[in-house]
Amino acid sequence: MKLVVSSSPHVVSPESVPFLMRQVVFALLPALAAAAYFFGPYAVFLVVVSTGTAVACEAVWQKITGRPVSVHDWSAVITGILLAYNLPPRAPWWLAVVGSAFAIIVAKQLFGGLGHNFINPALAGRAFLLASWPAAMTSWVTPFDARTTATPLPLLIPKGQELAGVAAPSYWDLFAGAVPGCLGETSALALLAGGLYLVWRRVIDWRIPAWYLGTAAVLGWILGGPRGLFGGDPLYHLLAGGLILGAFFMATDWVTTPVTRRGRVIFAVGCGILTVLIRVYGGYPEGVSYSILLMNLATPLIDRYTVPRQFGAPARPPRAPAARPPQTGHGHAHHAPAREGR
Amino acid sequence: MTARTFTGGIHPAYQKLTAHTPIRDLPPPPQAVIPLHQHTGAPCHPLVQKGDTVLLGQKLGDTEAPVAAPVHASLPGKVVAVEPRPHPAGRDVPAVVVEWDGSDATVDVQPHPDPDDLDPAKIAAIIREGGLVGLGGAAFPTAVKVRPPEGTVIDTYILNGAECEPFLTADHRLMVENPEQIVLGLRALMRAAGAPRAIVAIEDNKPDALEAMAGATRGMPGVSVEAVHTKYPQGSEKHLIKALLGREVPSGGLPFHVGVIVSNVGTAAAAGELFATGMPLVRRVVTVTGRVKEPANLRVPIGTPFSALVEAAGGFDGEPLKVVAGGPMMGVAQYTLDAPVVKGTSGVLVLGPEDRIPEPTSCVRCGRCVESCPMRLLPLYLEAYYRAGMIDQTETLHAMDCIECGCCSWVCPARRPLVQSIRMAKMEIAARRRRAAS
Ligand code: SF4
Ligand code: SF4
Repeated sequence: MKLVVSSSPHVVSPESVPFLMRQVVFALLPALAAAAYFFGPYAVFLVVVSTGTAVACEAVWQKITGRPVSVHDWSAVITGILLAYNLPPRAPWWLAVVGSAFAIIVAKQLFGGLGHNFINPALAGRAFLLASWPAAMTSWVTPFDARTTATPLPLLIPKGQELAGVAAPSYWDLFAGAVPGCLGETSALALLAGGLYLVWRRVIDWRIPAWYLGTAAVLGWILGGPRGLFGGDPLYHLLAGGLILGAFFMATDWVTTPVTRRGRVIFAVGCGILTVLIRVYGGYPEGVSYSILLMNLATPLIDRYTVPRQFGAPARPPRAPAARPPQTGHGHAHHAPAREGR
Repeated sequence: MTARTFTGGIHPAYQKLTAHTPIRDLPPPPQAVIPLHQHTGAPCHPLVQKGDTVLLGQKLGDTEAPVAAPVHASLPGKVVAVEPRPHPAGRDVPAVVVEWDGSDATVDVQPHPDPDDLDPAKIAAIIREGGLVGLGGAAFPTAVKVRPPEGTVIDTYILNGAECEPFLTADHRLMVENPEQIVLGLRALMRAAGAPRAIVAIEDNKPDALEAMAGATRGMPGVSVEAVHTKYPQGSEKHLIKALLGREVPSGGLPFHVGVIVSNVGTAAAAGELFATGMPLVRRVVTVTGRVKEPANLRVPIGTPFSALVEAAGGFDGEPLKVVAGGPMMGVAQYTLDAPVVKGTSGVLVLGPEDRIPEPTSCVRCGRCVESCPMRLLPLYLEAYYRAGMIDQTETLHAMDCIECGCCSWVCPARRPLVQSIRMAKMEIAARRRRAAS
């Protein structure tokens, strides 16, 4: 009889990486349904193109660089969907292809693949598209009839309403998603349903969306109004633009956010502050993507200064550790070699 | 009674297949293999040689070393070998092999049914001569534990009935079936340590044990039974103390530094048997479970080979993948079924092919290991630094505080072997400290 001899523990949780990633994919589906409903089948086509490109790029890249193909971990699927959600509903299909390919190859694989990238690939892809094709990335359409229009976001800026010359949409339209905007970010309702599912299943840490949204609401109320301090509309700040999508699905990306509890709170508060500052004072109305990307860069530093006080330690940890350690490899022969016995 | 707890920890599938299976006495095997080193501390020297005839309860090995406990014959018969044999800890250890003569010839033993009449030092001496060690797994000599250094005040004795490892039910059944014996043992332990107060801590998934122990301790001054939250590693002594008393054992310290001693209920039951009958520690209860046909709680002579236990549990159910001595979280995988039950063997767990742990993939920084660590460490960083050869950094991040509970490895969705790496880092740090000291 041959018995496997390996180190404890001898049982592991059933929640593997692919399992958890699939939960995120499920959680993104209500927003896809909302996009189909408001913007029509072309929106779904864009998501399919983007996701297919992401998976294909990952597989092909890993094949030619001789690494194990890991598309079955579902992470490329998430990147593909998220990238599409950040596109205008009528974006040309090649924009999805270019953005997805950039996200996977440049922002993810060039850094070593899943777990090694330090900025969120989908957001990096979006930032790249926005810098390269600004016009195509900001040509909005209204829901249902697809007339070209502006997003309600500029209305957040003081004097924005006069500039836009339109009335703000109702809270209900904002909540349901019947407003112009990116393909997957307009329906707060659909995103909340998915996001809360992830919180409930403990796939993501509730602290990040809670602190992010809370900070944005309070600061938006303080700074965000057209009539000076404390005149902002917190609800409007929460519902407009990509804040809900960002708070539940991008700022919670495991790879690029801190791992300590305190670190996550700091990260989320930072995202909230930056979002409002960019929205209110920045030249560009949508602050969510850049806030998260900026905070991604701060993640190693945050981890370093939020090392928890270990059990039984004196009140303050003596020293912070050095910056992010070198990453471990791709997972072969890491277990102690199994000894086979009598 | 409120369930109390600590931060971190996990909720594995408990799989207590034998929670309602009464303890069954197993007759002596044809041969018992009794290792001379069954405790933390120095190994024993043999007191017998090949060809000798020994009686049940006769001392087979002892040592002058301060931290140690003697070993005794668990069956009467002839010594057929004194030689290295497989030990469940994973390497060969000198052992006395006794062939049963079919009798029940026993040494003269002297009971001490009322420990309250005895001097604490005398109790400790009886405990030492009885070969008592912690039966929860670590096997620290009990006589040493109950007599902490001069000047230490012990205000609370905690009896650990948490039994938080999945699958294991030996302590659970002891509490349900032999609460009086446990209470007698507890009285002896409390008196030896001079502890005025005791808490029996039991996870709240064992209502029958809570009830039985509450009944048996009713009217005992200073003794209470408390339910603790069902989660792993609730039975870690540091975390039990935190949950019950709110005290944190300082980094690098031991429970007596915060005025507490923690013993397993199995240890108290063995002490109870020792004082009631005078019989030293020669048998214990072992849960035989997992992929066996009839999972069971068996009271077996120490030295019984695992193969006999598996057989008594109806044999393997399908092809076994692993046989583990202890629980699935901290137990040691065996390479041979010739390894015997030792004092610290709480269970024999058989795992099947479905329990094969998949190959690890890259860390995805999900932080689950951080959230689950009851010592509040950063397992992902400890592992990464260890793999990068940056041992100093693992020390800075308190690798030495890791209790090797395995929570981090259990939760890791990338299946990273975190505890393994941290254990290696700890060994490396310990070796460096030794080198620096010499
Ligand atoms: S649980 Fe595993 S994958 Fe998650 S952070 Fe820890 S080591 Fe990385
Ligand atoms: S094994 Fe060590 S690092 Fe891992 S959870 Fe337990 S104490 Fe923490």
